[in-house]
Amino acid sequence: MTTSDVENALELQIEQWRSYLRRRRGIHQMDVEELEDHLREQIARLVDAGLSPDEAFVVAVKRMGAQDEIANEFAREHSDRLWKQLIVASHAADPADGESRREMVVVFALAIAAALAFKLPQLFGFGMTDENAPFYVRNITLFVLPLLAGYFIWKRAMDVSIRRWVALAFVAAAVVANIFPFARPGGPAGTPSDTELLLAMHLPIALWLVVGVAYVAGRWRDSAARMNYVRFSGELFIYYVLIALGGGVLVAFTLGMYAAIGVNAESAVQEWLIPSGALAAVIVGSWLVEAKQSVIENMAPVLTRLFTPLFAAMLILFLGTMAWSGRGIEIERNILIAFDLLLVLVLALLLYSVSARDPHAPRDTFDFLLVALVISALIAVAVALAAIAARISELGSTPNRMAALGMNVVLLANLGGSALLYIRFLSGRGSFVPVERWQTAYLPVYGAWAAFVVIVFPPLFGYR
Amino acid sequence: MDIGKDLVAASATPLILAIVAEGDTYGYAILKRVGELSAGQLQWTDGMLYPVLHRLEKNGHIEGRWGLSETGRRRKYYCITERGQSELSAQRKQWQTVDAALRNIWFAALNPGELTAILTFARG
Repeated sequence: MTTSDVENALELQIEQWRSYLRRRRGIHQMDVEELEDHLREQIARLVDAGLSPDEAFVVAVKRMGAQDEIANEFAREHSDRLWKQLIVASHAADPADGESRREMVVVFALAIAAALAFKLPQLFGFGMTDENAPFYVRNITLFVLPLLAGYFIWKRAMDVSIRRWVALAFVAAAVVANIFPFARPGGPAGTPSDTELLLAMHLPIALWLVVGVAYVAGRWRDSAARMNYVRFSGELFIYYVLIALGGGVLVAFTLGMYAAIGVNAESAVQEWLIPSGALAAVIVGSWLVEAKQSVIENMAPVLTRLFTPLFAAMLILFLGTMAWSGRGIEIERNILIAFDLLLVLVLALLLYSVSARDPHAPRDTFDFLLVALVISALIAVAVALAAIAARISELGSTPNRMAALGMNVVLLANLGGSALLYIRFLSGRGSFVPVERWQTAYLPVYGAWAAFVVIVFPPLFGYR
Repeated sequence: MDIGKDLVAASATPLILAIVAEGDTYGYAILKRVGELSAGQLQWTDGMLYPVLHRLEKNGHIEGRWGLSETGRRRKYYCITERGQSELSAQRKQWQTVDAALRNIWFAALNPGELTAILTFARG
């Protein structure tokens, strides 16, 4: 071996030691550098004393002490580091720093663009008046989701072909959202028609999957990539709720303080602060989720852990009470929607439990709880649907009822399949992988159903 | 000789402060100096020095700044602050008190034979 070979081998060993150390919680880049300087000097002294570089490395590392203990010491010394790790730009010496700063600039530019995009129609005399309310209701997500997709396209630097498909999908959505001649029902000006409201509710679902294609950088056939997008969506939801709470406080203070000097800020808050903030928060929230995904524990699985037992207990008690008291479910106007929401909730609990579960872990009590939750939800919904089916002709098939029914079927099919696969896994006749695959494979179904409602329902029901 | 963990931990602060007070220095040199001062009897795990240095830095007793070593590597140097100086003299008083008390008890606990030997030695 030549001298440079030996040196290279030593560099490699040091590099490895450094990367192990870097992964410890509580140890920062600067600390690693300081320790590395120490290690190198120690090695140099030992080599001077006659050891070979290999031996010197081993001795120096040994004298440095066990990495676990050092990391624990550092963590105890800097206990704050275990908490606030989401500092977006930390050390000037960090090579990743320039990149994260550039990303911050892009994100804030996109957030401002989203906030301003919402005011763009106003420039063309399309202000936020009551008559224009349906326009804004239909298009609200189109102001921000293309920008969010743009953020992922920028970040993941993806192929032109994917970019083109994503752009095409948004253009198509914008066209569909605005060409239908919706009927204007009676009532106060600006009341949207039923199918128009359905479009407004289903378009975001379809577009969210388009954003997903950008998020996974075109690897949308890949189950693992889809699951990542599911995780991202859950975290974003939680972040969004938190940001919205903060926004609410900001709005309350703005109104209160202007009221104190006798100025009514209500219209400025309603037309600028709330909509622009709500749209910009989507971008900022997404960026926060992206930045912290490997640093902070995901919240959605934690919440599902907390609430799955509670909801399972509630549903089982409910079914028990229903059976014992002999009361049927009272069919009233919003019953279908109520059960849709129940299914969405149970599905979310299931989905985020699955998303956080190690597919190779053995089954445990929590798995049984989940299955109990899903089955009791299925029974509750089956009872409700049976009651509704008997009276569907009498109730009449309005667009709302058909959309809610369709969603019910879509969700029921998912939960039914999940229950079957989960039971197979629990009874030891299959692995957990199919349970996860089923969820990710099912994602396009939501998009397809939402797109169906958006495109077919308005003409089908005469735009009423 | 094995020195107990607690004693090593307790003596680390005054030792490090005193060494830094001798002049600007850095981690490896501090450890080398500890070795010299104790004739190699006081052995720390090298990595454990740095959390202590960082604690002293956070408390404002020493100040760290990044510089370059003679070979051009980035290296963190430490110097003592005024607060560090007064902490050092406070620590010194405490240790002298402990040391004096220990000396007295060692002396009182000597058995007659040892005592005679020492006294004979002192008288010349």
